[in-house]
Amino acid sequence: MSDHGHSANTDSAHSHDGHAEGDFAHPIPLPLLFGVFIALVFLTIVTVAQANFDLGSIDIAIVMFIATIKAVLVALFFMHLAFDKPFNLIVFLSSFVFVGLFVTITLSDAKMTSPANENIVDEVPVAVSVDL
Amino acid sequence: MATIDSVSSPTDAHADDSHGHDHDHPSWLAHHFETPEQQFDSGKLGIWLFLVTEILFFSGMFCAYAILRMLRPEVFEGCSQFLNTKLGAINTGVLLFSSLTMAWAVRCSQTEEHKKLVALIATTLSCAMVFLGVKSIEYSHKWGMGLLPPGTYFYSAANEHPTAAQMVELHGFSESTAFFLTNSLYFLCAPFALIAAGVFIWLVVSKISGNAFQYACAKPLLVVALSFFGGVGLGTILESGGEHHGDEHVAAAGDHADAEHGDADHSHAVATVDHAEEVADESDANMVQTPLGDDYAAVKLLAENETNTGLKDLVVAEQTQQTMAEGKILKDSSTSDAGISTIPGNVNTPRQAGVFFGIYYCMTGVHAIHILAGIGVLVWLLIRAIRQDFNRHYFGPVDYVGLYWHIVDLIWIYLFPLLYLIR
Repeated sequence: MSDHGHSANTDSAHSHDGHAEGDFAHPIPLPLLFGVFIALVFLTIVTVAQANFDLGSIDIAIVMFIATIKAVLVALFFMHLAFDKPFNLIVFLSSFVFVGLFVTITLSDAKMTSPANENIVDEVPVAVSVDL
Repeated sequence: MATIDSVSSPTDAHADDSHGHDHDHPSWLAHHFETPEQQFDSGKLGIWLFLVTEILFFSGMFCAYAILRMLRPEVFEGCSQFLNTKLGAINTGVLLFSSLTMAWAVRCSQTEEHKKLVALIATTLSCAMVFLGVKSIEYSHKWGMGLLPPGTYFYSAANEHPTAAQMVELHGFSESTAFFLTNSLYFLCAPFALIAAGVFIWLVVSKISGNAFQYACAKPLLVVALSFFGGVGLGTILESGGEHHGDEHVAAAGDHADAEHGDADHSHAVATVDHAEEVADESDANMVQTPLGDDYAAVKLLAENETNTGLKDLVVAEQTQQTMAEGKILKDSSTSDAGISTIPGNVNTPRQAGVFFGIYYCMTGVHAIHILAGIGVLVWLLIRAIRQDFNRHYFGPVDYVGLYWHIVDLIWIYLFPLLYLIR
């Protein structure tokens, strides 16, 4: 702060060659961008198409898997995480750790299977007289 | 901020702690940063932290989704049939394309292609507007049908598109609410029409007064404002292709119910569905009439035969309806599944289906609010890009807005299959 003018030059000189001239910009090559876009559109078509088939209980897993591939493609290339400082990636991924904790802990309790809980309200006997 | 570029003319004898002008810094480099890279990295870390809060914010809604879907998988499956997959898919494509143009725009700001940068940001904005246009078609369509959150949900397969008068009469809405629900598309379009008109006036005024910069800003912004209506048109075309979506659903459910009795021959199955729809079309005043009309006696006679279980069920269902219409009791709906009485019993009750639509509006609505916020910052970016503020050492704002835009895209990537593609 005190000797601003000169230390700027020296500091940046050892962190980067050439003060303020170091090209930290990383323009992503256009073919890569287009390639990622085509892959994303392709995966969207795949995920729409698979919805027409009854794949049973693994359906949701397949859907989420495709969505995750798309998300990873977007994050790595459109959001430059593949070329970014690793710290940003760590920050980003750490959020998913907490999302995972949040969702799994909440879901594990959501069914309320413990005998301490009452029955699930909607499981009423089928034959019930209702006055209209 | 106040000064023009003062890259040159290094100071000689300035007091260091005076926060005047640091003349060896370009105007875009804040005083507290030593190098452009340091400024860029700090900003980037900041935006990443913001994106983390966004993910945690959305995770609450995804968690609610997971709980409700786990408890009521059949409700989610049934109700998601009301969402038009075509509209969702086209919106996914639009959003992916806008992500491409945004990433490309970041590249252009780094390589100092100013004209291209403006064009790409304008394209991203237009895509955002198209997305909202398609969304308003989706929303207004559902609001008119009564596919609303719990408490207000009033969809009935018998009368898919009730008039405002019917909404007041049957569903107890106030007249203004009913008017809004039947004309919601106009209400959704109105603000965008006003904006488009405003931008057009701005364009004309700036052209006449000869303000070249404002004219250059207004030109792309008019295209952006108008592309909302492009989205509305696109949505209308796709929605009309998927018209009677709900009908198909009900008909399919009816077929399904009939198919359960293996030996119900096909013509009768079709007849059942037809008659069910006939009943649906008539108002409740005619409910006491037998839906089978003059054929009823013949059907009853045929149903005497033990093997004719399809017709037997038909008669049972018919009698159930009679009882219901007389306002007495309805018992054990599980035994009579040939009539329409069981279809609302599955997922389409206000209490159950409303939960799905509550989640649907909550998630897509908050996502749409993020799109609106993105449009706001992108307009700011567009104007700065026209001013040629960005260069290869100073492209941070483009990059940060880009990252935000990609997060919006990322959330939609998950929302689309989770809401539209359930089966």
